[in-house]
Amino acid sequence: MPDAGEFLPLFLFAVLLAVAPYFSAVFLSNKKQRKWPTYRIVFWCLGAVSIAAALIGPLADQAHADFRMHMAVHLLLGMLAPLLIAISRPMTLLLRTLNVSSARGVTALLKSGPFRLMSNPITAAFLNIGGLYVLYMTALFHSMHQSPLVYALVHLHIFLAGYLFTVSIVYFDVTPHRFSFLFRSIVLIIALAGHKILAKTLYASPPEGVPRSEAEAGSMLMYYGGDAIDAFLIFFLCLHWYKAAAKGEASFF
Amino acid sequence: MTMNPANAPSGKNTGNRKLYGSRNFWSGLFFGIGLIAFMDEVVFHQLLQWHHFYDLATTRIGIVSDGLLNSFAWFSGIFSFFMVADLRRKNAFWPKKWIGAVILGAGSFQLFDGLINHKVLNLHQIRYDVNILPYDLVWNILAVVLILIGVFLLSQTRSSQKKKKAGNSHA
Repeated sequence: MPDAGEFLPLFLFAVLLAVAPYFSAVFLSNKKQRKWPTYRIVFWCLGAVSIAAALIGPLADQAHADFRMHMAVHLLLGMLAPLLIAISRPMTLLLRTLNVSSARGVTALLKSGPFRLMSNPITAAFLNIGGLYVLYMTALFHSMHQSPLVYALVHLHIFLAGYLFTVSIVYFDVTPHRFSFLFRSIVLIIALAGHKILAKTLYASPPEGVPRSEAEAGSMLMYYGGDAIDAFLIFFLCLHWYKAAAKGEASFF
Repeated sequence: MTMNPANAPSGKNTGNRKLYGSRNFWSGLFFGIGLIAFMDEVVFHQLLQWHHFYDLATTRIGIVSDGLLNSFAWFSGIFSFFMVADLRRKNAFWPKKWIGAVILGAGSFQLFDGLINHKVLNLHQIRYDVNILPYDLVWNILAVVLILIGVFLLSQTRSSQKKKKAGNSHA
């Protein structure tokens, strides 16, 4: 890669910036509590690399002009990175690192009204999948490529909404407001369907200025890539059901 | 099927299967739906490339129906594995009932795909630039045959359930 030298320092700096607080928290909390599992550290690092790859380097550069690369960025930032980061349980790590009174403040915040509303799977699905419809069905897609600020906000939203959706469906981390397995399954199925419907719609009528061949390849990447990552989401949701079903019978609801 | 030898009395062990008859049925049905949707994707979309990802003649409602159906099939296929694992753990797996439900689920999905998706909603055809009638006939007749086999197997698990009960009352 001829221009690897140009983006690599920035790329590594970004990864380091994302990894440093997690490592410090692990180091601090390991002093008083039992050892934080290594696999979670690995997942946080992989999540950080996914985000950095989506935002810095050749993929991010080409995403401005090429719809296929744009979709690859979307899969990394909105689906893969949230899953990897959720598995690394950052909220649990934060709570065990903080002293008791600060940790209580954080849990009080998580239990507050706005968080209760946002962590409802339906709200999270609307923010996540609905946000994509707004992005591709309105002029937002066009203006995103005109203004760096809009580009940054859209990508921040893609990650945050993806993360919110992931943790609202699968309870990897600290989750004060819990919903039944059945309810979360139904929301997940409908959200996945919404993702598929949007992918096929984009195949037929891509955003303005996107060439036919790029639109077809990009929407198929969205469709099958979404299937692949959602399979892991479904897997973990069912795995939690399986673990809960060992304890009792009322685990469907 | 492997039985837990600790629980197996002499003679035929049926474990806890009667307690979990309906869960055997649903897990089989889910697996059948997931399996046939996956086979449809692999064989007809990817390998043969007869089906099209989107043939540009599809109605809005067709895309919505297809999206919901496929995402449900994806979910249920994965969930069915965990249901089977749960049944095995509870010593309640019932192979005949499960396989009957798998075949019924696969046939039902195939028939729904063949009649509603292909014909009513005109989502996509089995193959393009050919006389479609023989393809449609084979597709849907095969689906009906699968449904009949599934129903037959399931009805046998019903009668064996009744016979067992009758046998128990005589003893």
